[in-house]
Amino acid sequence: MADEKKYYLPEGLPTPRAQRTGLDNEFWAATKRHELVVQRCNSCKTFQWGPEFICHECRSFDMGWHKVSGRGRLYSWVRCWNPVHPALKEACPYIVAVVELPDAGNVRMVGNLLGDPKQNPPFDVAVEAVFEDHPEATLVQWKVKA
Amino acid sequence: MSEYTIKDRVAIIGVGETKYYKRGQAPVPEFRLACEAIMKAAEDAGIDVRDIDGISGYADDRNEASHLATALGLKQLGFAGMVWGGGGGGGSGAVGNAAAAVAAGYSKYCVVFRALAQGQFGRFGQAPVTNYVSGGPAYTAPYGLYVPAQWVALRTRRFMHQYGINQEPLAAVALADYYHAQFNPRAVMYGRPLTREEYDKSRWIAEPFHLFDCCMENDGSAALIVTTADRARDAKKKPAYVMAAAQGSNYRHNATIENSADYASSNFKTLAPRLFEMAGITAKDVDCAQMYEHFSGAVMISLVEHGFCKPEEVMEFVTFENITAPKGKLPINTSGGNIAECYMHGLELVNEAVRQVRGDSTCQVPDCKISLVASGPMVSPVSDLIVHSM
Repeated sequence: MADEKKYYLPEGLPTPRAQRTGLDNEFWAATKRHELVVQRCNSCKTFQWGPEFICHECRSFDMGWHKVSGRGRLYSWVRCWNPVHPALKEACPYIVAVVELPDAGNVRMVGNLLGDPKQNPPFDVAVEAVFEDHPEATLVQWKVKA
Repeated sequence: MSEYTIKDRVAIIGVGETKYYKRGQAPVPEFRLACEAIMKAAEDAGIDVRDIDGISGYADDRNEASHLATALGLKQLGFAGMVWGGGGGGGSGAVGNAAAAVAAGYSKYCVVFRALAQGQFGRFGQAPVTNYVSGGPAYTAPYGLYVPAQWVALRTRRFMHQYGINQEPLAAVALADYYHAQFNPRAVMYGRPLTREEYDKSRWIAEPFHLFDCCMENDGSAALIVTTADRARDAKKKPAYVMAAAQGSNYRHNATIENSADYASSNFKTLAPRLFEMAGITAKDVDCAQMYEHFSGAVMISLVEHGFCKPEEVMEFVTFENITAPKGKLPINTSGGNIAECYMHGLELVNEAVRQVRGDSTCQVPDCKISLVASGPMVSPVSDLIVHSM
């Protein structure tokens, strides 16, 4: 049995970096603290994802961040077999998950579903966030709740 | 009829395309392919190419309108327009823009074109290699979510889960496309029939999409000529009159990181009713449909959102028998489409709709009067077109 992988996907994929505008600094700062935050309007409290400078519900520019539990449900997932990036050449198949966060207005996040890439998890199953530290950024992965 | 409509005021009077090639096999540059397709469409329409005075494009076409007008020696340019958004969502929308331009008098003969040589530029199915990524892709690329096959699969799988759908409708679309292409000498897959066994055995790209559920990668160009109904009467061939054209998007469909308000949607729910209202018909009146298939699974969702069947009826409606010409209830993609004719970002589907209503398709639906085109499911904006013969 091979050593446990350091990361779910091999190194060589691009590193996420906060936008130059500062719009999503807080998200990437929070993941380094192993906290998951979502944009929320300070005026009408609507959750919004992905981040924007304006609230789509009330048009306020006063947007803030809200820490969420990291618990979600598996809204959809796909097993990817085609290496669409050179770094993925030996990594297929792998699973990409779309997760809904019920405690954040059902906004959705994307990550990998940790564990056996051949698993067939049921839709809407409970999942939880797992923080994967890389040298320059921390990714948010998901695993099916035990 | 409302004064503010293009219904029957505009017609497509000519279509043309270059030879369609597999990716990397076009012997000439993409810009030259664009010129050739435009000249072929003008010839089909029976007009002097220099009388084209409008150019309508989509998908951020690299072959810029003023460059084309200059190279082709157009006497003047009265309209140059582009539909926002990459991919095939703008195919019908570009015809809609051309129709609006000729109805408004900006242009007398407006060409709609798409030129695409994936062998000479980047591939849509491969990710660019960079060290860093920011914005929306920062939340997807590090997880290996890069290309349309993957995010269309995510949405398709949610739809399949919600309505208890298995692989059968996807296989039916892929096999129907290949079946139709066997009658079409223009098709890249002409002479290359596909069996169900080969489909089942083909490798996964992103579940539920096998290789044959995916559009091809090609080099080529397609074009068509739009003019007013008055001028269309002098055309060389039977005009295809525009019954309706529409483009648009659902509420917050383009929210990033997979946050479309209505996720398992092809994005036609708000558009299709506007389209049918303009045309003054319902889905039942459509004889033949050209349903954009970057991936087979999106087709069943598009069919549902245009009212051809209910989501609960997909398994019984989207069958090989029902969607193949000449006898199917609703033949679709009768040229082979993006999967088996050519991936020309769906403009080959518009040309096929024109051929169906004028009666010279290679896979003709008997007595086809009305053909619908649905362009670019799941992207934003998407667009639609209905043409008919009179």
